[in-house]
Amino acid sequence: MEMIKVEIDGQACEAPKGSTILDIAKANGVDIPTLCYDPRLSPYGACRLCLVEVEGARALLPACYAQADDGMVIQTTNEKLERIRKTLVELLVSDHPMECQGCSKSGRCELQKLADKYGIKESTFAGEVHEYDLLRENPFVMRDYNKCIMCGRCIRICREVQGVGVYDFINRGFKAVPGTPYDKPMQETPCEFCGQCISTCPTGAITARPYEDRGRVAALDMLRNACAYFKMPEDDMMKALGLEGWVTRTTCAYCGCGCQLDLHVIDNKVVEVTSPLMVGAGQGNLCVKGRFGYEFIGSDQRLTKPLVRKRGKLVEAEWDDALKLVAKKLKEAKKKTGPDSVAVLSSARATNEDNYLIQKFTRAVVGTNNVDHCARL
Amino acid sequence: MTNTMDDIEEAKAILVIGSNTTECHPIIGLRIKKAVMQNDCKLIVAEPRHIRLCYYADRWLQLKPGTDVALINSMMNVIIEEGLVDEAFVNERCDCDRFDELKELVKEYTPEMASEITGVPADDIREAARTFANAECAAIIYAMGITQHTTGTDNVMTLANLAMMTGNIGKPGAGVNPLRGQNNVQGACDVGALPNVFTGYRPVTDAEVRAKFEEAWGVKLPEEPGLTATEMMTAAIEGKIKAMYIVGENPMLSDANIKHAEKALKNLDFLVVQDIFLTETAELADVVLPSTSFAEKEGTFSATDRRVQRVRKALEAPGEARTDSEIVADLSKLMGYEMACVEPAAVMDEIASLTPQYGGYSHARLDALPDGESLHWPCPDAEHPGTPILHTQFFTRGKGWFAPVPYQAPAELPDAEYPLTLTTGRVLWQYHTGTMTRKSEGINEIDPHGKVWISPDDAEKYGVEHGKSAVVTTRRGDIDIEAMVTERVPNGLIFIPFHYAEAAANMLTNDVVDPVSRVPEFKVSAAKVKAR
Amino acid sequence: MSGNGDGHKYKVVLGYGTCGIAAGATAVKDALEEAVKGGDYDVDLDIAGCMGLCFTEPVVEIFDREGGSVIYGDITAKKVPQLLDEHVGKGQVIEDWVVKRSEDPNACEGDFLSNQLRIVLRNCGKINPESIEEYMEIGGYEAAKKALTSMTPEEVIDEVSASGIRGRGGAGFPTGTKWGFARKSPGDEKYLICNADEGDPGAFMDRSVLEGDPHTVLEGMILAGFAIGARQGYIYCRAEYPLALKRLDIAIEECHQKGFLGEGIFGTDWSFDVKVKKGAGAFVCGEETAMMASIEGQRGMPKPRPPFPANSGLWGKPTNINNVETFAAIPWIIYEGGEKYAAIGTEKSKGTKVFCLAGKVRRTGLAEVPMGYTLRQVIFDVGGGIAGGREFKAVQMGGPSGGCLPASKLDTQVDYDQITAAGAIIGSGGMIVADNRTCMVDLARYFLSFTQDESCGKCTPCRIGTKRMLEILERICEGKGEPEDIDKLQNLAADISAASLCALGGTAPNPVLTTLRYFKDEYEDHIFNHKCAAGSCPALITLSIDPETCTGCGACVKVCPTDAITGEKKEPHVIDEEACIRCKMCLSRCPSESIIAE
Repeated sequence: MEMIKVEIDGQACEAPKGSTILDIAKANGVDIPTLCYDPRLSPYGACRLCLVEVEGARALLPACYAQADDGMVIQTTNEKLERIRKTLVELLVSDHPMECQGCSKSGRCELQKLADKYGIKESTFAGEVHEYDLLRENPFVMRDYNKCIMCGRCIRICREVQGVGVYDFINRGFKAVPGTPYDKPMQETPCEFCGQCISTCPTGAITARPYEDRGRVAALDMLRNACAYFKMPEDDMMKALGLEGWVTRTTCAYCGCGCQLDLHVIDNKVVEVTSPLMVGAGQGNLCVKGRFGYEFIGSDQRLTKPLVRKRGKLVEAEWDDALKLVAKKLKEAKKKTGPDSVAVLSSARATNEDNYLIQKFTRAVVGTNNVDHCARL
Repeated sequence: MTNTMDDIEEAKAILVIGSNTTECHPIIGLRIKKAVMQNDCKLIVAEPRHIRLCYYADRWLQLKPGTDVALINSMMNVIIEEGLVDEAFVNERCDCDRFDELKELVKEYTPEMASEITGVPADDIREAARTFANAECAAIIYAMGITQHTTGTDNVMTLANLAMMTGNIGKPGAGVNPLRGQNNVQGACDVGALPNVFTGYRPVTDAEVRAKFEEAWGVKLPEEPGLTATEMMTAAIEGKIKAMYIVGENPMLSDANIKHAEKALKNLDFLVVQDIFLTETAELADVVLPSTSFAEKEGTFSATDRRVQRVRKALEAPGEARTDSEIVADLSKLMGYEMACVEPAAVMDEIASLTPQYGGYSHARLDALPDGESLHWPCPDAEHPGTPILHTQFFTRGKGWFAPVPYQAPAELPDAEYPLTLTTGRVLWQYHTGTMTRKSEGINEIDPHGKVWISPDDAEKYGVEHGKSAVVTTRRGDIDIEAMVTERVPNGLIFIPFHYAEAAANMLTNDVVDPVSRVPEFKVSAAKVKAR
Repeated sequence: MSGNGDGHKYKVVLGYGTCGIAAGATAVKDALEEAVKGGDYDVDLDIAGCMGLCFTEPVVEIFDREGGSVIYGDITAKKVPQLLDEHVGKGQVIEDWVVKRSEDPNACEGDFLSNQLRIVLRNCGKINPESIEEYMEIGGYEAAKKALTSMTPEEVIDEVSASGIRGRGGAGFPTGTKWGFARKSPGDEKYLICNADEGDPGAFMDRSVLEGDPHTVLEGMILAGFAIGARQGYIYCRAEYPLALKRLDIAIEECHQKGFLGEGIFGTDWSFDVKVKKGAGAFVCGEETAMMASIEGQRGMPKPRPPFPANSGLWGKPTNINNVETFAAIPWIIYEGGEKYAAIGTEKSKGTKVFCLAGKVRRTGLAEVPMGYTLRQVIFDVGGGIAGGREFKAVQMGGPSGGCLPASKLDTQVDYDQITAAGAIIGSGGMIVADNRTCMVDLARYFLSFTQDESCGKCTPCRIGTKRMLEILERICEGKGEPEDIDKLQNLAADISAASLCALGGTAPNPVLTTLRYFKDEYEDHIFNHKCAAGSCPALITLSIDPETCTGCGACVKVCPTDAITGEKKEPHVIDEEACIRCKMCLSRCPSESIIAE
């Protein structure tokens, strides 16, 4: 691979040819603010926050878009750039409801973080603000375009990653806003409800509805707000409150893709499912089942006690009794009709460790090779 | 999969056959779409229905269900006729005598002849063969549309022939890539939840292997292979199986010909079901044991591309539910055998010690992997970086083994009484028997119930109306189900997803199985339809 | 076609472009056809595109057998019989209606034309744009034939480079250099685009050229396609130009029939074809990356550059984009030679430039002048100065991306560098002239409202920044400006210019910046004194009637929407300030100019 050498803020860096300025900055620990950037997407250059100064260039260049040339001398921060960035954030804030307390994105909102960074509470550019209706016409994706900053990430992820293209911009100028064709409800579009748009939205403009109105979320919001208020990393706050480990990285339990999930758990309930960016099979993308299909975990139909059939009916029993009964019956069958009269069906839903013990049980304890699972079904 | 999910993006041509990837493996679907949209990859979709992937395809081969061997044999015929064989790969890596046999066999499968069988225009077969063979690297992706046939094994072998002949094995952007239907089918197979092999696919009939496990487990082990899941049901009906222990499976919805499964389970002396819900199968049990969901336990899953990943406990199990491992270990103890370990991390260490492919895995190592890195087996030792692409140097058996297979028709073809072909599968919104997905309010709102897909011509012919109830009947039984009149199925074909207990497609499916793999022919049965 | 060899004594040519049609040329056409039907006149009828005499449309030019001609302006259907009777019948010129006559070019309004040098517009108004034969009669397609049969692509590029022509779309990039980049860019598949998405308020030269001489644009494209190695060209033309589109379609069809477009053109093995893509009237689609997105079927939104179109343009292939006026000059340059073109103009700005004179100038219309003319020459010598004998105040050059120049800059030469140094741009060539009744704050507000409406919404500074600037200007115009507003405007303008994604946003603050530079006092007057000296901003003026000059005709009473004007007939009227909404309808109607706005 051909390598190039550039200088970023006085630091000599090396990178593969074709890298963007932002790629190189990230790889070298230089932080450049962005809003329309998502590593899953092709660069866009719309928010203008990542503008950097390149020696000899006629204009400022968007770091997310501009490929670095060999020998480039780049400044990612200086008085002029920071002034422009502050102006840009102020402009965005001037048309954004800064009522973060009621927003489920608070604490994770990229605009909120930048507003904090530049010390902006409210914009000096007061003027017209948008007043769009909250769109809750479908069960999964909730859209509040008053919070939209027009980064185009939802449009691009739907088109570039999902290959569907449910959204595009409509209208021009200040009135430009993303939308579905003819403002149709999303279930009347080819939307697959993968929620990729939710995963990429930098603000609270697109959020997940299933996690919207369950009392738990209010608690979570409160915590996140507190984090934002005290400028405290979420994890630290959770730790301080004895809630560490509230986000658990695990593997999706649906198809065999093996997407990585972050289960957000409060009070022993899954309150949200997200996928870590650029990790595992999905790279942060999920499908409708992976993102929204986890209500079953907290379902009140879950089995919570062993059941034993008595007089034709399944009735609750104690573990001891139930297990003793099973052991007795299996031993009986083994003794009376031989180990091969017993069969065990293991589960493609269970872990490797569970499956291992089940086949070990079948072979070593029951004494038969009659063990299989649903691979064939 | 011989290659990985990430690797799909490298392909310059992809043949997707018998896989409705965007609905059943959506994230792999994304990788295919990305290859097509951003990497100039040519996509060939071989599929009887118009699936979503057809929108991205360069060529859609609309074959009749169960005619895959004829199609692929014909593609190979074209590749040989037009001199597109990767001679170097065949000569160096494969058994050349076998290749001559294959050549001989596919001679008669001219595109015209195959067109008669498959219904795919001869020129489309030619173009598809050229696209596949001419690509710098070409991947084959398949799923249950290939395996769930009486000729499932043949189907798989013929795809392997195609890949080897074009040198598309053991390199990036290529490979033969089966997509496993459930989150941990791969892992369950890897760790020996199969009647004929121990962990790592080592035969129970191999005395040396058996001795190793006997030593490790401290007991004498049975020598004969056991029964497959489908055979267990028949054996139960025949009275040969008396007691059954079913963990996390729902054959009362997922088995072909549910009545057969029902008869089998009802004929048992004793049935234990261990699950997180009271499934249709659990309702028949003598004892039901509450177990934990994936979110309530530690462990690992092995994804379809042999990537072993951690499952971590995120919350406490409800009530008295316990993990499968704990339950089976207790049961074991009550039956007089103490499991050496129960803790998942320790169990993984035991697996690693007994399984060459898993030798390098431990929970600690997986936990320490940096974000974005993964370990695909074979991973024989703790230093090994894993093996993303299989067969890069040589095949497991040495030389590549061409297995020429002739086309055989499905077991049950349409006739005067049952004039339609019924095929089954999944939809995007639901998963398997719906025990999990159908607990989600949102999913139920978008996809409340099952529908039978029927072409407009057939709907008119059989008096079925869109959105109205229809009765679908096969030799196994009948169900009531809403009709969806759509041009996405051709005339003569109907499709029913199998997720829905109230309209269970598997009341209708044929339980005849592939003689080798013992997989039932879910994908083809003869059926008739009428308005209710 | 200046002569008339068909055997008839006279040839009557009607200006039939959109401007003429809007002024009533269709009725004149009908009347002409009706009148000559009987065969009473020894005359041929023909149509032509716009001659540029917008101020006096509909225009009819009558040629005699010797090649002499007389141009008549303001012709109506009613005037047609008299015109034919007198001029064609009796051979008598109707002096009152004459705009220009060939034997005395400067008579009447003729200096509008005689002060021009027409290269791009050489055929406009002279030939029938729907006839390839007429174009070929005067040497059309000779340049293309010459290039394709006897020149190499490099030689064509060298000739264009030698001419020194710079892109007439606005940016003024040397055309030869641009073609060289596209030529050298690796790839077998290249594209050529003609930017006909003319959208500046007050600019209409591209439309006039396409309506008046579509073949010269096609010939220019054939030459460019050959030079850079593109086999497919696109003309991106706004759908609001139906006549231009119609004439382009006819011209392309004619070219196919002649073998000038399609496979193996001009008997060579070179192939080139042109497709017309209709734009939906988005101003931003004039920006080249947005235009390419639109041609690709996407929403027209710009992308950052680099990569430049010459490397990665339409569908990722090397692409060259020029505007209509540039292409229209190319055949002349190839035919006459680059040197001849380079002999015209200034050191760094060669050739001629078409300007659209609009606003408060006496003679509105299209004027093509050599580079290096002063603004004064263009506005006063060609344009005839300010309408109604008022005082010149400023000229807005280059549309909404340009700037406003005051009287002190009237002696600036039209030259890319000089105009830029003065704070404006040549741009596409719009010149909107303002007199002392034009409020410069309001003018800046107008242009900003245009760019804000036309912003695609992609980048933050253009979408929200221009909106906030506009709101400040609106506030000032309403007399609600605050002292810090001027600083705010200046700071915001600087950030928007520096941070915007494309030129639309980057130049949007220009009208504000230049009016602030030259007319800051007007801003201050609005903010501190709540006064609009031009008597323009409704919130800041009162309207009254000068009793000295009011004749009491009552014209104002009839148009006043709030019945605020009262008075006896033939007596001076008065305006009730309370009821008046300052719509200024009375001002525009008063024949004696007795309405005072202050």
